[in-house]
Amino acid sequence: MTTQLRETGLNLTRREFLGAGGGLALSFILGPTGLLRVVDAHADANGLNANAWVHIATDNTVSIMLPSSEMGQGIMTSLPLLLAEELDADWSKVKVVQAHVDSVFNNPVHFNVQGIGGSRSIRGYWPIMRLAGGQARYVLLMNAAQRWGVPVAECATLPNKVIHQASKREMSYGEIAAFAKVPADMPQLTEKDLKAPDQWRLVGRDVPRVEVPNKVNGSAVYGLDIQLPGMLYASVVRPPVATCPYPIYTTGAENGPLSFDDSETMKIEGVVKVVKLDHGVAVIGTDYWATVKGKRALKVEWRKGSLGSKYNTEAKLAEYGALARDLSKQGTSLAPWNTGDAEAAFKGAAKTVSALYLNDHVHHACMEPFNGVGWMHDGQLDLWVPTQGQTWARDVGNKMTGVPKEKIHIHTPLLGGGFGAKVEQVFTGEAAALAKAMEGKPVKVVWSREDDVKHGAYRPATAQFMRAAITADGKVSAWQHRVAGDSVFLRSRKFAWDKLGGFDGIVAVGVATPYGIPNKQHAYLYQESGIAVGYWNAIGNGYTLFAIESFMDEVAVALGKDPLALRLELMTDKRSKAVLEEVGRMAQWDRKRPEGRALGLAYNFGGEWNAPIAEVVEVSLDKTTGAIKVHKVWAAIDPAVAVQPQHLIAQIETGIIWGLSAALRERITIKNGAVQESNFYDYPVPRMDEIPEIEIKLVDSGVVQPSGAGQIGVPPVAPAIANAVYRLTGVRLRAIPMLPERVKVALAESATRSA
Amino acid sequence: MSQMTTTSLTINGKRQTVTAHPDTPLLWVLRDHIKLTGTKFGCGVGQCGACTVHIDGKPAFSCLRPVSSLEGASVTTIEGLSPDSSHPLQKAWVAEQTPQCGYCQSGQIMRAAALLKDNPRPTRGEIVEHMKTNLCRCGSYRRIVAAIERAVKEG
Repeated sequence: MTTQLRETGLNLTRREFLGAGGGLALSFILGPTGLLRVVDAHADANGLNANAWVHIATDNTVSIMLPSSEMGQGIMTSLPLLLAEELDADWSKVKVVQAHVDSVFNNPVHFNVQGIGGSRSIRGYWPIMRLAGGQARYVLLMNAAQRWGVPVAECATLPNKVIHQASKREMSYGEIAAFAKVPADMPQLTEKDLKAPDQWRLVGRDVPRVEVPNKVNGSAVYGLDIQLPGMLYASVVRPPVATCPYPIYTTGAENGPLSFDDSETMKIEGVVKVVKLDHGVAVIGTDYWATVKGKRALKVEWRKGSLGSKYNTEAKLAEYGALARDLSKQGTSLAPWNTGDAEAAFKGAAKTVSALYLNDHVHHACMEPFNGVGWMHDGQLDLWVPTQGQTWARDVGNKMTGVPKEKIHIHTPLLGGGFGAKVEQVFTGEAAALAKAMEGKPVKVVWSREDDVKHGAYRPATAQFMRAAITADGKVSAWQHRVAGDSVFLRSRKFAWDKLGGFDGIVAVGVATPYGIPNKQHAYLYQESGIAVGYWNAIGNGYTLFAIESFMDEVAVALGKDPLALRLELMTDKRSKAVLEEVGRMAQWDRKRPEGRALGLAYNFGGEWNAPIAEVVEVSLDKTTGAIKVHKVWAAIDPAVAVQPQHLIAQIETGIIWGLSAALRERITIKNGAVQESNFYDYPVPRMDEIPEIEIKLVDSGVVQPSGAGQIGVPPVAPAIANAVYRLTGVRLRAIPMLPERVKVALAESATRSA
Repeated sequence: MSQMTTTSLTINGKRQTVTAHPDTPLLWVLRDHIKLTGTKFGCGVGQCGACTVHIDGKPAFSCLRPVSSLEGASVTTIEGLSPDSSHPLQKAWVAEQTPQCGYCQSGQIMRAAALLKDNPRPTRGEIVEHMKTNLCRCGSYRRIVAAIERAVKEG
């Protein structure tokens, strides 16, 4: 099988995908009841929803559309695999084709748009792709049966062919595609008509990923690699204040240029034009380096006095901390996540435990910085953007240029990392704006690493106040979790913010723990910072779980209980219990470690991800430098269905490495709105010599449900480390990253207290 | 007078003459002028290794080498490592399914190829020491090591 991402990065047009009228092209439209309507994409050529999901050519090739973006999560293989499984396709005959933007490809669990985030690809497309495969198979079966004059029930499929056992006849899918029609009496299949897991030939079998061969010889095309004839390049000079506008067509100007002097810039050979944008100034040239030189020579006067320009992380975190502690401030909450009567339980408690946790901003630092190519020509707009959101990219293109949505083509190349960063549309907006400014010529905008580090949409910095009530007989009777920080939803998903009444379900994600505590109460306390906060790997769960799982160990200490035993005692979810027990066995939780080493544990239910995970770390600590070293990480995860088990394990490793880095080192520091870090030398991410031994086990609970495992490995690492350090030293670390200087201060404070 | 200068160098065995600003890093010459986009831009300051190529047989960060310093040099990029992905490292990278997002992998493979040329049987420690110049944000490090060890074994 091959991918159809050509070297030019041009995706197939709809006409090319359908072939010159040949073969069978099917579209599937999801109805409100969850049933799919099958449409012949040839016959419905003028219909808006006629973009085919699958095309069976007369040469027996099966082309399957990839609705989502490949950014390392393996989706280019695992989604088409679901359709191929139910179609009973011969995987060696399958071609994967990157879909254009079209509502037929919308993800029902991801804001019903085409795009990806939140580990939602498998969960969103699981029913559609499997039912589509099953429906397409049924179309082939019915056509073959009719041709042979036999009942459909007597026919069966083998990879890429229909067989009639009784008459020993068979026909390949390609042969059938030459005459097949969508039958008028096409039945609508449901989940129960699909294969049982023991009939799967592809799912769970570690099929080699389709795009890997192109990733070892330089032919894989990422956003930054798009090359078009006559293409121009652009660099953008950005303000001193961190600026990642969303949406770009209404925000960003508050820090933008007042005026600029391009006299030196225009003297540089290769510089073609300087274009003022609301949030920066673009230098356009015939090659990227000329634009870099032009950028360095440009003088810009920037607007001053925005809210963001007054932002200082350290001071803000202190304010957030005071707010989180102030119980008179109610904040907002999500009613179903509150249970019982926490207030009464605290009043009647024999003992109350509380603690404040802090986390700094962190940045994505995708290996591929933001970029995009725009080309406005003949009344249409072509955008090649490494985006996690095709629908949003099209809408931004429309707002920036006025080109009608149906005349905008979104081409999705490979993404050199996404991690939530490429949900942002700032680079799409820039590509569109510059395409308009240079109408007729394609323009590629390239972000430098410094642009990328200094103008990201960072994970929010928050303060979290945790409180637990303990009864006289040693039971946890109430649990309170209060999160203070800026909002991702208010900035980028206003409709979700409004729907939840000012509660940010992304910033406060994870506060609904499954622990069996009768009275739970949570609050989100919104604070406007003027600095862009956005989606990061595991987003809010990365710090809410730091607070929850660190605090669970603090409660265990107060109760004099073993941390694993307490979690098992409070656990209501069977699958969660199983991963906790499994990780305990893997790490030999009860075995004494050598002097200077200790284990720490954390568990993540993960909410909508439907993949409980538990992790144990073994650490040591250099008390002179304050440096924490993680020697080994064990993880047990129940992913329900592992579509590609080895790749799933790779994803969990990614999560663990991100978790380590965010726990120990990564930090974006903002002073007067300006990010102090610039590049990998002062925003270091883990290198090969810094990776501990990692052991991961998939726990099979027999549950057959889709899940999302892309991010769930991240959050448990930080609390597991903090818990291990406590068990090693008796010192509790309540701020991430746990930088050596912070550890030293905590050790010294503890020594002073005990002296 | 033009600010651009002309440099002649060999890229993947082919003689090329490039006219560019003399301080243009080799990386951008490869990508924008020669249209060889397999070599990636990651940081521009020699911190990430995504731009690793071989210059006269030695691994180098192409983002740090001005084109004007390369008159007569011989450059090999990922596209020139083998004509058909048949280099033992490329085969091993596929067998181990090493790439995730894959953006850093051209640089990783070129870095590893330089190691095996000088040291055909590196120890695990030597591999890690040599490869730590190259970042992978997906953290595919375990499979990079596995692929190098496989290439050593299978040749």
